[in-house]
Amino acid sequence: MASIQGTRGHGRIRGTRTRGIALHAVLIVGLLLSAFPFYWAVIMSTHTSSEIFAYPPKLLPGSHFLENVRNLFHSVAFFGSMGNSLLVAGSVTFLVLFFDSLAAFVFAKFDFPGKNVLFALLMLIFMVPAQLSAIPQFVIMAKLGWIGTMTSLIVPAAANAFGIFWMRQYMRGAIHDELLDASRIDGANFLRQYWHVALPVVRPGLAFLGIFTFMGQWNDYAWPLIALTNPRNVTLQVALSQLNGTHGTTDYGIVVTGALLALVPLLIVFAIGAKQIIGDLGKGAIR
Amino acid sequence: MATALEKPAPTVESLPAGRPRTGLRRYWHLYAAISPFYLLFLCFGLIPVGFSLYVSLHRWDGLGSMEWAGLSQYRYLLSDSDFWQSVGNTIVIWALATFPMIFLAMVTAVMLNSAVRFKNVYRFAYFLPNVTSVVAVAIVFGSVFSTNFGLVNALLQAVGLDQVAWLNTPWGIKIAIATLMTWQWTGYNAIIFLAGLQTIPSELYEAARMDGAGPVQTFFRITLPMLRPVLLFVLVVSTVTGLQSFSEPQVLLQNTANESTFSGGPGHAGRTMVLYFFQQTFDNNDFGYGAAVAWGVFLVVILFSIINWRLVQRRGED
Repeated sequence: MASIQGTRGHGRIRGTRTRGIALHAVLIVGLLLSAFPFYWAVIMSTHTSSEIFAYPPKLLPGSHFLENVRNLFHSVAFFGSMGNSLLVAGSVTFLVLFFDSLAAFVFAKFDFPGKNVLFALLMLIFMVPAQLSAIPQFVIMAKLGWIGTMTSLIVPAAANAFGIFWMRQYMRGAIHDELLDASRIDGANFLRQYWHVALPVVRPGLAFLGIFTFMGQWNDYAWPLIALTNPRNVTLQVALSQLNGTHGTTDYGIVVTGALLALVPLLIVFAIGAKQIIGDLGKGAIR
Repeated sequence: MATALEKPAPTVESLPAGRPRTGLRRYWHLYAAISPFYLLFLCFGLIPVGFSLYVSLHRWDGLGSMEWAGLSQYRYLLSDSDFWQSVGNTIVIWALATFPMIFLAMVTAVMLNSAVRFKNVYRFAYFLPNVTSVVAVAIVFGSVFSTNFGLVNALLQAVGLDQVAWLNTPWGIKIAIATLMTWQWTGYNAIIFLAGLQTIPSELYEAARMDGAGPVQTFFRITLPMLRPVLLFVLVVSTVTGLQSFSEPQVLLQNTANESTFSGGPGHAGRTMVLYFFQQTFDNNDFGYGAAVAWGVFLVVILFSIINWRLVQRRGED
């Protein structure tokens, strides 16, 4: 990808240097704008509430971070909520990877009656907005006794149209028919083909889907807000929102400290998969 | 153990030789493999969507018995000025966020495409806002736009301008929400545009330079037309997601009004369509009307997406 870029502009040496500097200057401004709210969050998490709202504003980190962390742990079940978030995001990611890749394998490599209709239905489902099913989903889950538990978040998210579609596109190119034929001659059944032939070659695709799913679940807010009716047993995002909303006036030092700590697991996942995510995101759009 | 041994032999072997196996017998493992998604969809997608249509034809508080209401929920929806205010709010916020975002994303992508060094550093940094949760972002932006002590007002004060009650005035609220969305999605879309730019053959640019085209001309004659499919993708995705915004206004404004955390701030200026749906359903426990609102939202989103799609496509034909 990057090698194409290097060739352009070689003909013009004059002016290239100043243009390059101007270009990077603008790009750096953009980078600072992107990064500033993160920096500001760090500033807020290291000051007390009264320091945050002083004039002129404090632009350098303060010394109250540990105090804010202590207050955070006092005012909200932070680790309990983080455990819930890890449970939900982890289980959903695992289930989505399994169910979506299995279905995608079928759609990508096999023929069977009704295949096209089922796949068209899948794409249609892709477009149904969440709030249309929110009320009945809530009612059904209340009947099942899932409301207030993490089950209400995990089960409906365990397989999704986007992932199946995405993995199917990926598998069509990555798994060669000769490989499947060879394994069939060797007597491998369907599950063996899935496990030993398909999965090993689509690992990068799985990595993208896994990271994407984990991040989406970790940050999910609207449905957890409705479904988790016990305010002491919630996910991290709902806990943060409670902390922001309950006291009328927000203690920004504490809330933002929580928001930063909640970001840590996500940043770790993102840092591991950033190259994959950013690369594949673009490919998906131009396909 | 004994009973297991007495079971009849499995289907495949028991079939007479030569007779073709029927569809279900032959393909059952494939249907089984794709079934989880369809089962989940049946339980939490299709049945709910049908059920929500049924609910919207009733009066129901979610607990007691349903009472047939015919189309009266929809008649009320058409005359409900609160609903139409939320439609207006949503579209204004969407426009305030989307047009600057697409412009900035495209400019960023074009610059990234011509910058040779540090491209990966830029891409990583520009993508970071999108990784962060809306809740965290809204909390930070809530403090930045805070009226009395917020950073934006401190800046305004520093340069001698009047302070603005951002989260207290109709336009302030909308601008704050739109700024948040623009910040979160510009980098994401820039990376998508960048991927599109990288598929444009460099010979086209060479040819344009031979013909003496300047950078502006090159952009409008080559880059923009070649980028149209990607632009369409970005626009449709931002329309579908932007018109269903919920978390941004909910977290940003949950403190500012007393009546409900879904009320969208003073004067309901930040109450989007989906916020209104949540308020009617889960705060007022008016499940029947909530379901009608949900269908209204669905129709508005579909209509608006089609209009946008048509607009961009038609320009391409000119």
